[in-house]
This record gives sequence, structure tokens and C-alpha cells, in this order.
Amino acid sequence: MSQIPADLRYTKEHEWAKVEGGRARVGITHYAQDQLGDVVFVELPTVGAAVRQMQTFGVVESVKAVSDLFAPLSGEVAEVNGDLVGHPEKVNQDPYGAGWLIVVKLADAREADALLTAQQYAQHLQSAGGH
Amino acid sequence: MTEPAGTALKRTPLHGAHVRLGARMIGFGGWDMPVQYAGIVEEHKTVRAAVGLFDVSHMGEFEFRGPAATQALQRLTTNDVRALAIGQVQYSLLCDEAGGIVDDLTLYRLGDETYLMTVNAANIEPDWTWVTGHLEGQVEATNVSEATGLIAVQGPHAERLVGRLADVDVTALGYYRFARGRVAGAAAIVSRTGYTGEDGFELYLRAEETERVWEALLAEGKPEGVAPIGLGARDTLRLEMKYALYGNDIDRTTNPLEAGLGWVVKPGKGEFVGRGAIEAVRAAGAPRRLVGFEMVDRAVARHGYPIRHDDAAVGVVTSGSYGPSVERYIGIGYVPVALAAVGTGIAVDVRGRGQRARVVRTPFQPSHVKK
Repeated sequence: MSQIPADLRYTKEHEWAKVEGGRARVGITHYAQDQLGDVVFVELPTVGAAVRQMQTFGVVESVKAVSDLFAPLSGEVAEVNGDLVGHPEKVNQDPYGAGWLIVVKLADAREADALLTAQQYAQHLQSAGGH
Repeated sequence: MTEPAGTALKRTPLHGAHVRLGARMIGFGGWDMPVQYAGIVEEHKTVRAAVGLFDVSHMGEFEFRGPAATQALQRLTTNDVRALAIGQVQYSLLCDEAGGIVDDLTLYRLGDETYLMTVNAANIEPDWTWVTGHLEGQVEATNVSEATGLIAVQGPHAERLVGRLADVDVTALGYYRFARGRVAGAAAIVSRTGYTGEDGFELYLRAEETERVWEALLAEGKPEGVAPIGLGARDTLRLEMKYALYGNDIDRTTNPLEAGLGWVVKPGKGEFVGRGAIEAVRAAGAPRRLVGFEMVDRAVARHGYPIRHDDAAVGVVTSGSYGPSVERYIGIGYVPVALAAVGTGIAVDVRGRGQRARVVRTPFQPSHVKK
């Protein structure tokens, strides 16, 4: 499984977005979960909450660290991954699948143009010293 | 970017071994140390279920010898050194004149007037200054930290593993007792002590032999499932036992009585630095207590988060995280003595919101140290 799936868009803060129609599923990347270490807690907004592109929408906590989550796109939270309450380790085990965080009903799908492609995100990791 | 000279992190004799094992390294108290290898949660569970190896060579060791060594240590530490037999270890404190804790330590009696004191890595320099500044009488102190390596072997299979490599009978070694012998052929003090709540040993070695013993333990312990354990899991393991961490739970602003360490303070033994101040606290009653708590609302309590009660800030979290064995969000912190009873409801301020918590009995995890 690719560590930077080609069909996703990315932020410099290591979130990914899968845009499908007027909605986007959001999570953190393989690089992010690896940097964090074992995730023990995820704080997410409630369904109906508003999120704004590049503003914080929650927090992901590992044993040692607290890390802000930045929304890749603006809109209204349509779904929240309830599995992460009892199984936050899914963020580590399957960051692009079962470890998804929220689904957003998009305010403006064109905002996705501002996000990085897989290739651009890979380059971002290279220059940031990631591997 | 090259680090300017003098700011480079110090390395233990096992630094190369950690890098070869793929450890994630961090700076800790001036040392380049492994925070994790396979992952904190997995390493934590390995120690409780099997056996893990910890590099704790960064800790400091001071030797004391001389006709007045016992007397000098009696005046310097809070515990009763006369109660310490040759071959025995005691947990103790260095306190200042105001009763604040300079460091927590373990003290080994190697001979009638020969002792080894083990101190926290981040405090080696200030402790050395403190100790040498307060020694009285015919006693010589030597800082042997750089010459000494230290490996902790902790877990239910630790006795089997160390037993195969040691030339002393470790099955006969009681808790907080030590023996001198050889481990994998290297001269060692084999001490039945640890910081995890599991049975285990701390092996004091010559620095230049530490790597060889580490590799021997890793190789020999394969049937037991031995794994290297980083500082991340070291912290979650001790948190579940409510063992104090200097710098987090205890420091110069805390006294032993409020920290729950009155059991290693023996005013009846005679004068020691801080005795007067500590006895004054005892007489007046310590106004706050270090308690263990568990979160009732789902949230992680961390060092520095305020503790609240009835809408007022009343205390502070000193350590907190997720406990992988107890599978709960737990923490330690200071609360007013009126709120210290088990069952008391408190709140932890997490990012501006009060999250409910409850004072609980500690340790959070049952102890499995050798009886």
C-alpha cells in the first residue's frame, strides 16, 4: 500500500483529503502517524460543526505528544469516525482507511486546488527531511 | 547545521546499539537517548508480559568511602543509613535546608564504610555539587558516572534470563538486595531493583563492557521474547505504579511529605539536611498531597494541566498519559489535602475545558516485584 496514495490531496500539515462529489473524507498521513508514535486519543468535532480550511478542527494525541489537526477544506462535518474512541490505534494501523477522522460536506470544492498532489506532498516531505 | 561545541548531546556506551536497532532518538537531560524502538505501547506490554532491556547508563553514580562515610551519608540523606545492611539497597532523598527535594536516589551499601549512590541523569552535576558541598568528616566521594554503565532487565522472565548469564544465584536475591558477580563474563553489581513494578534487575557494569552485556542479553533472551525498551515506555510503566519522576512530580519546590515519600524520611535517626523544615511541615500538616487519578471524561491529562474543583483552580497535574496495561487515561498531581481521599471528584483543565476525573487508589497496576 502506498504511503502517499496518488488519488488523495494533502496539506503541508500532513492531513489528507479524499474528495468525492460534494464531500471529502479526511485523515492524517502515514508520515504523520509515524512521527506521532502510538496514538492514544483523538478529539474530533461533532456532526454539524463548521470547519474552515487550514484552521484546527481537533487534536490527535500520542503517548508523548498533542498535535493539532488542520482542516484541508471548509464545510460542515457530516460524519465522525466513532471507532477511534475505543481504538485510536487505527490511526497508526490504517491511516488512509479505517483510521479516517471526519467526512466534510464541502462549502466550496474548488478549495481542493489549494491542496498538494501526492507528488507535491512527497516533495514536501523530502525537503522537510522526511523519509 | 553543525552543533556548536559544548551543546552536543552526551552518549551512553549503548548509543551505537540503539541506532543499529533502529531506535527513534531524542535529547533527554542532555543525553541522546532512545524514546522508542517498536513503539511505546508494544514495548510497555512486552515488559509486563515477558522481559525488556533498558539503557539507563545515563544515570549518575557516586562512590563514598572512608571511616566517616556512614555518618556523612546519614546527615546528607533522609533515610536511615544504619538500617542499610551490606548487600542491601535503600530508596532515599537528598533534601535542602527548606525541605525541598534535591533528588531521589538509591543507596547501596558495598561495605561497612563503602557506598554507591545512584542519581537521576539530569541531576548529575547539581547533585555532585550538592553532595561535595555538604560532605563532612573523613569521607571521600568519587563521581564514577562516566565509568559506569547500567542496564535494567525488567519483566516476569527477567530472573530466568539474567539467571542464565549471571554467575550468582539470582533466584536467591531478594527485592532491594544486590550481589557482586559476573554477567556474561563482565564484572557486575546485580541489583534486584527497578522502575517498572515488574520483577527485574539493574546491572551496574564497567562502561566499556556494557555493550557486550547488552548484546548478550538480547541474544540469550530470544526464547523469552526479550526486546529493547525506550524512555517512552519507561515513563508509562512507572506512571502506572505512581513512581515519582524527578522534574515532573518532585523537585526543589516539593517536600517529601506532600509527595507521599514520608516513608523514606526518618527523623528519629538524628540530624540531616532539611530535617527541621520537614518536621515543621509534619507538625503543621502538609496542605497538599500527590494523588493518583483516573479520567472519567475521555481526555488525556498531562504535566502542567490545572486541576479544578468547584470552578476553582486547586492543583496541578504533574504526570499523565494513557496507561497501556490499565487501559485508562491516568495521572498524578497535587491537590489540597481535603480533596485527596480516594473517590473524590476533581476536574482537569484540558485545553480550557474541565474534564471530570476521580482520585483513585494507587498503584494503578498491581506490583509484581519480588516479595
